Amino acid sequence: MRFLFKTDYEDDIKLFPHSGHVVSYGLLLAVLLIAPYVLSSYLMSQLVFVCIYATVGVALMILTGFTGQASLGHAAFLAIGAYTAAYLQKYNVPFPVYFLAAGVLTGCIGALVGFPALRLQGIYLVIATIAFAFIVEEILARWESVTNGNEGLRVKALSLLGVTVSRDSPTFYFLCLAVLVLTIVGTLNLLRSPTGRAFVAIRDSETAARSMGVNVALYKVKSFAISAAITGFAGVLFAHKLSFISPEMFTLQLSIEFIIVILIGGTFSLHGAVLGAIFIVMIDPFLTYLKDDMPGIIAGIAATFGAGTATAANIQSKVAAFASLNGLKGAIYGIIIMLFVLFEPRGIYGRWLKIKLFFQLFPLYKRATFKRQKIYVKSERNR
Amino acid sequence: MLDFVQQLVSGVALGCVYGLIALGFVLVYKATEVVNFAQGDLMMLGGFFAFTFIGMMGLNYWIGFAGAVAAMALFGMLAERIVVRPILGYPQFSIIMATIGLGYFLRSVAGMIWGTDDFKIETPFSQGVLRIGSLVLAHDKLSVIAATVILCALLWLFFNKTTLGTAMRASSENMLAAYYMGIPVKRVVSIVWAISAAVATCAGVLLAPITFIHSNVGLVLGLKAFPAAVLGGFGSIPGAVVGGVLIGVIESMAGFYLAEGWKDVAPYIVLLAVLLLKPEGLFGLHARKKV
Repeated sequence: MRFLFKTDYEDDIKLFPHSGHVVSYGLLLAVLLIAPYVLSSYLMSQLVFVCIYATVGVALMILTGFTGQASLGHAAFLAIGAYTAAYLQKYNVPFPVYFLAAGVLTGCIGALVGFPALRLQGIYLVIATIAFAFIVEEILARWESVTNGNEGLRVKALSLLGVTVSRDSPTFYFLCLAVLVLTIVGTLNLLRSPTGRAFVAIRDSETAARSMGVNVALYKVKSFAISAAITGFAGVLFAHKLSFISPEMFTLQLSIEFIIVILIGGTFSLHGAVLGAIFIVMIDPFLTYLKDDMPGIIAGIAATFGAGTATAANIQSKVAAFASLNGLKGAIYGIIIMLFVLFEPRGIYGRWLKIKLFFQLFPLYKRATFKRQKIYVKSERNR
Repeated sequence: MLDFVQQLVSGVALGCVYGLIALGFVLVYKATEVVNFAQGDLMMLGGFFAFTFIGMMGLNYWIGFAGAVAAMALFGMLAERIVVRPILGYPQFSIIMATIGLGYFLRSVAGMIWGTDDFKIETPFSQGVLRIGSLVLAHDKLSVIAATVILCALLWLFFNKTTLGTAMRASSENMLAAYYMGIPVKRVVSIVWAISAAVATCAGVLLAPITFIHSNVGLVLGLKAFPAAVLGGFGSIPGAVVGGVLIGVIESMAGFYLAEGWKDVAPYIVLLAVLLLKPEGLFGLHARKKV
């Protein structure tokens, strides 16, 4: 194991705390760069979605994980980004311009949402963001001259520097990867800047942050704007990947999926956003696997343990019937959310940290290291 | 004028259902500071239980109704014990997520068991209409309003005239102090969840003749109950019902007098306005935190 001695402030805010990080993240990046030439086109497609979801996950992490402002309205920001791109594309605006425009517009709207959110806390903020998302969804469905209503909008393949980039090409994947990597590096830099420190201070205690001279209102609005802008960028890529957008794609369901990304990945860490994105995108292939291969495998196992052919076939058909129940995805989501909240509140990344620490401290590991502390707030109503 | 009264009555009837769901939120919120995002889904499940008892097993309407309420009360206690109690005292966000997860689970499982079709429960009020002059009021809408009034009266009596109700009010004021006074707070919280699920079931059964019961109805109506609860003030029981009725009337009027599309957004616009202007709601306590 490696000991890191932090002797001054500079050590504490280094981008790479030690050289091992440079090597491991470099290797990861290299693997991701050769991925399109190795993986099947289906998996590539999933990887693009992982990049987009992870970008939104990082955006939401800034707001919810680091500033402590819960939002169930991020699907609306994604929608605004996607629709801005689709609308500007109709007038032959070049990609870089509408990409930036989508981010800037979504950021501005994010700031506008942030202002009312200043007065709201906890559950009220969640409800307000839900209301915002509903209103945006309805506007998208009704403002037909711009959004084409419920019929949806076609999004053409994007053209970058005169070259058409199809949504399945490696170039598009590299673009998404670049956006994700830039977002992560940008967020890391943000977090070690005074702004990021202020965000974390607000999350930990608003009163304490205020007494340290942090302008709480300003930083909350900033956090909303930054988070929304990044989501807007992701929205552009999302629109191009789907090549067709309509209001019913950006429902509360999607906002909840984003929250699941950061919850299951692990709140308070950027690793968590990426791991959560991988998780949420991989649920669909997993369900397909469950439907197609699982019944055969289970029947095979039953047969090796001495079940007759008839029994094995029976088991196979029963498992197949169970796996193709509709609504299984929702039930799995529900169970997974509950299990994570109850037993692994730090998410997948927290589990990884625990395993790592266990091996680092081998005979000395204490389970209580990661114990959650209960806080008995007297009453939120009296705030 | 006639149209107006007609819209008013259907708005109030719909609003009563929102109010009953919001009442469930508020009961749980008042007692434990937990916001139950699965409240609408509890309502949906209650409706399906009633449908199973009445529509599929052919029981009498009232017996089926009572059976569904009892079953859901038990289910509410179970949900509290398994999902909520282990995470009481952790940040709001965890609890919100846990109840969202519970809602997802209930919705999908209900879809698996009962299918995704619309269901209807035959009630004694399904057919009749009440005519006052040229005004035509359907019995099922009037029954919802009457039932809400009765339920509110019962709850009021329960909270103000019984020992258990007093114990509940005590634990919602200050859990720790109530515990020191010998009130079994955990059991009280269980019972609060049972009551909240039972109220949700009443909403589900009353709603069945107006909107059909299907597995997603809980999500749609549960999300309308938020504006109701916020409008009334999140911790206020009469506020929940009044807020629900107001939201129902606003929705009904917006659907009738404004362009298409306003109907669905109007409750949320009102919600945002209330949150901006008077975040504590109409009946909420306005207490400042002293630092």
